Amino acid sequence: MAKALGRGVVYFDTPVFIASSAAVAGKKEGAGPMGQCFDRVEQYSRFGQKTWEQAESRMQQETIWLALDKAGLTADSADLILAGDLINQCTSSTYSIRPFGIPFLGLFGACSTMAESLIIGSLFLSAGGGERAVCATSSHFSTAERQFRYPLSYGGQRPPTAQWTCTASGAAVLDTVTASSPKIEGACIGRVTDLGITDANNMGAAMAPAAADTLTRWFHATGTSPDNYDLIVTGDLGLYGGELFTQLMMKQGFDIKPCYRDCGVMMFDGETQDTHAGGSGCGCGGSLLCGHFLPLIRQQRIKRMLFMATGALMSPMLVQQGESIPGVAHIVEIASGEENYHA
Amino acid sequence: MEIKPELYKDMTEAVSPKSKSYVNIPMAFLIGGAICLLGECLLNLFEYMGLPKDEAGSWTSITLVFLSALLTGLGWYERIAKHAGAGTLVPITGFANGVSAPAIEAKTEGWILGVGAKIFTIAGPVILYGTAASVVYGICLVVVKFFTE
Repeated sequence: MAKALGRGVVYFDTPVFIASSAAVAGKKEGAGPMGQCFDRVEQYSRFGQKTWEQAESRMQQETIWLALDKAGLTADSADLILAGDLINQCTSSTYSIRPFGIPFLGLFGACSTMAESLIIGSLFLSAGGGERAVCATSSHFSTAERQFRYPLSYGGQRPPTAQWTCTASGAAVLDTVTASSPKIEGACIGRVTDLGITDANNMGAAMAPAAADTLTRWFHATGTSPDNYDLIVTGDLGLYGGELFTQLMMKQGFDIKPCYRDCGVMMFDGETQDTHAGGSGCGCGGSLLCGHFLPLIRQQRIKRMLFMATGALMSPMLVQQGESIPGVAHIVEIASGEENYHA
Repeated sequence: MEIKPELYKDMTEAVSPKSKSYVNIPMAFLIGGAICLLGECLLNLFEYMGLPKDEAGSWTSITLVFLSALLTGLGWYERIAKHAGAGTLVPITGFANGVSAPAIEAKTEGWILGVGAKIFTIAGPVILYGTAASVVYGICLVVVKFFTE
């Protein structure tokens, strides 16, 4: 079962293990500094499909197959699948999951979806809802540009604070039956936080307050501090959102700089890949968690980390109506080993 | 401590870099100017070929629009525009790019609800307010002429 430590903060008494994980990415992501960590890098961003939307579904589907395959499982052995993406009606996920026949919950948390899926999956399994759950997320540069910004071949200039939506997908298989490593120990569900940022080209700044709120709540509820963790990793705050996040944490009395990383900053080489403030999208944090961080925990090179996926809950329509951009961020505490640290 | 939106606005402005105007404005001048120079060359060429001045002007526009649409289709226009900014936006080539880019992209949704419905998503405001402005200008001209003649 899960034990509540505060509003939206839980520890899992029943260990939830991450049996396997997989990550697939596009060519640009594959050419970046993290290129080696992906299970597959697709050179053609259409993934052999007719439309960009089909391409994203296909990428997510391949990632789920890979994750199941690594755990030696078939789709029949999963009790639940949790997936989400950035596209209206979560179509990238629904069409990806269509052939699997696994009970499905579609999630929307903008780029916070990977953490959201891991939290709900862990709660479901620790409550005895099943033995295995699949958590997946994806984003695709071309589908996101089409939906949120301009057509791909439109000639526009991006400001320095703009981020580049990653073509990437991550999937993890949660398991409560077979003890393995890594495992999920706790979680903190974020609050919708808005400090009035209206610039859709500065999503990092829109999300940073949500990240700071969630992490502060986590530290207070659990009585921990940055020293307790090898790493604190955010999904896609980017260069400037990450800077604001560390400043906000400092104002709360926590110096996280020594152990802080951001997947958006790690994904690309800003100098040569022209990605301005860094990568973004559900697939950014999702693919680096599944392709980079979880394997490092499995190899015992990271003992304990907080993965915090950050989402800008941006709607182009609401921004046009003059609304500001709210953010949300969720934490998942992931550790190596098979014993339960908090039990 | 609680962070107020006013404080956060200041923090954000201090952290977020501005676009580099000292690079962007000269680039816009150079590339935009180059497009206009190309237009002048085409105009002279068409006149040299024996076309009357107004027809030569039309052919110049048609050629520039064609080149812009072609470069958009090949995916090169956005690469130039990334550096040129307003330099590629303001001339007629920017308008052609603004029409052809959504048209190319909407093809996957079909000819009617895709291309047909979405072709003017970017250029639509220019067409609407351009037409409206010309109507207002026309009315003003009529009124002025009425009182002066």
